[in-house]
Amino acid sequence: MTVDREDRRDFLALTGAAFGAVGVACAAAPVINSLNPAKDTLALASTEVDISAIPVGEAKTVMWRGKPVFIRHRTKEQIEAAEDVDINVLSDKQTDEQRVERPEWLVVVGICTHLGCVPVGQKSSDPHGDYGGWLCPCHGSHYDTSGRIRKGPAPKNLAVPPYEFISDTVIKIG
Amino acid sequence: MGSHQRTPFENPVVEWVDSRLPVFTMMQKEYGVFPTPRNFNYLWNFGAIAMVMLVVMIVTGIVLAMHYTANTHLSFDSVERIMRDVNGGWLLRYIHANGASFFFIAVYIHIFRGMYYGSFKKPRELLWMMGVVIFLLMMATAFIGYVLPWGQMSFWGATVITNLFSAIPLVGDSIVTLLWGGFSVDNPTLTRFFALHYLLPFVIFAVVFLHVWALHVTGSNNPLGLEPKTEKDTLPFHPYYTMKDSFGVVVFLIIYALFIFFMPNALGHPDNYIPANPLVTPAHIVPEWYYLPFYAMLRAITFDIGIPFTDVVIISAKLGGVIAMFGSILLWFVLPWLDTHPIRSARFRPKYRAFLLLLLADFIFLGYVGSQPADATMLGLPLSLFGLAATGYYFVFFLVILPWLSKNEKGRELPASIHEAVLAKNK
Repeated sequence: MTVDREDRRDFLALTGAAFGAVGVACAAAPVINSLNPAKDTLALASTEVDISAIPVGEAKTVMWRGKPVFIRHRTKEQIEAAEDVDINVLSDKQTDEQRVERPEWLVVVGICTHLGCVPVGQKSSDPHGDYGGWLCPCHGSHYDTSGRIRKGPAPKNLAVPPYEFISDTVIKIG
Repeated sequence: MGSHQRTPFENPVVEWVDSRLPVFTMMQKEYGVFPTPRNFNYLWNFGAIAMVMLVVMIVTGIVLAMHYTANTHLSFDSVERIMRDVNGGWLLRYIHANGASFFFIAVYIHIFRGMYYGSFKKPRELLWMMGVVIFLLMMATAFIGYVLPWGQMSFWGATVITNLFSAIPLVGDSIVTLLWGGFSVDNPTLTRFFALHYLLPFVIFAVVFLHVWALHVTGSNNPLGLEPKTEKDTLPFHPYYTMKDSFGVVVFLIIYALFIFFMPNALGHPDNYIPANPLVTPAHIVPEWYYLPFYAMLRAITFDIGIPFTDVVIISAKLGGVIAMFGSILLWFVLPWLDTHPIRSARFRPKYRAFLLLLLADFIFLGYVGSQPADATMLGLPLSLFGLAATGYYFVFFLVILPWLSKNEKGRELPASIHEAVLAKNK
């Protein structure tokens, strides 16, 4: 057997193996993709909330995409506290204006950005952490009155979901 | 498989089968006359015990699956129905739930035995590595099994653990969405977890088969860490070790039964008797006890690792914790190449023995740290500092102390052979 023939055979074997691998990947793709969110799950993607019944200083929790969303009617002091923060002390740098549509209403996803627990602080009797917002009971992340991470292991601020004011008393999340 | 070397059986039925499929010859070779070191102590029972536990889990699990419903609205109630209405359902469920704990007890002792007596060393590296694969599969299986009753700890444990994958840069969030089949842990997550919880034990069974196969190629290690040289060093597996293993299994099962019948919920968490509620996180989420040391390592990393004096973060605290947790187990894969000391057994390596026993204490302490709330204190200091120190020792042991000892530990003089050591002791 010459070296030349050996090379031809190697080439065929390698090409065959490569096509086989691509074929397996193509066959696996629809199987794995079926595990992604189904259409009915995606269809639950927006929700409308009446916020007229939330007094100043109180908050409401609604469900959106299976997650809690915190809607807080902030007091003047809370808005000032959120706006007065020097942005350089924040680990995830965002001003309060970037996080709200209207300063008196803060809308954030109530999922700690560390490992997904629900922070406490929605009720006035709850602990609010060192910065007056929320405290995650799992691993001790503290959020301020703008839902920004101030202390603890969470890497990011509480997410602001896409939302719009349909009227002064109704918002649409999603 | 060597059918040409077969010796005929007297029983005509056995002989008829064996001449066509030599299973009896194989059993005779691997479990009858199989030469086994004569000096096993009781720590060598735990492989057999783990095997018994795997069978117990599969048998009870299959029956429980016939009564269980994987649906977020029905799961919790279907488990309560098993407890109250299904004939003997309470017993099956308690056997299964406590069985997970006792399976882990057996496997943890089995792993420590391997470390103490150097069973992972050449030529048993692949045998050891398949054991680590089994352990990882067990952790995955036990975790998704704990999700199925759909209590508060089920739901929040699933949320916290699946969120670990969001720490992966760039693709993390897509992976988590793929795992969940939605935007939070919900019905699609539960149904796929049930499917996987049924599948994985059979995968474990297959890897156990390979693990035992590899064991029967190299033969067992033993407390002296010496290879058997002559027939005087070994005993046939049956009846010597079938008997010793049976005795160990019975003692183990008695302790297991004490838990099943007298304190079936001692190892569980009461919050899991509250149905899952996505709006309320329990004040103190703890995983099952067998994950606690690793959970403590996850929580020990509370700082970003970056370029000093700049804001550049290379590894966030979250990713750092995840790396520490998974890395702590993945290190076991390379253990045979971290500890290359020629002596296997810690009996002849006093320094290795001291550091390894310290590691055991360290691991148990990490378990304690993992069981405490995030803001707990000890001696007036945050407990997380102690967790960080214990995590540090764990990694230093594997990455610094083991390679150092491999080069610098002299070790005691080894006996000439197993039977000489055994006979000298019995004089």
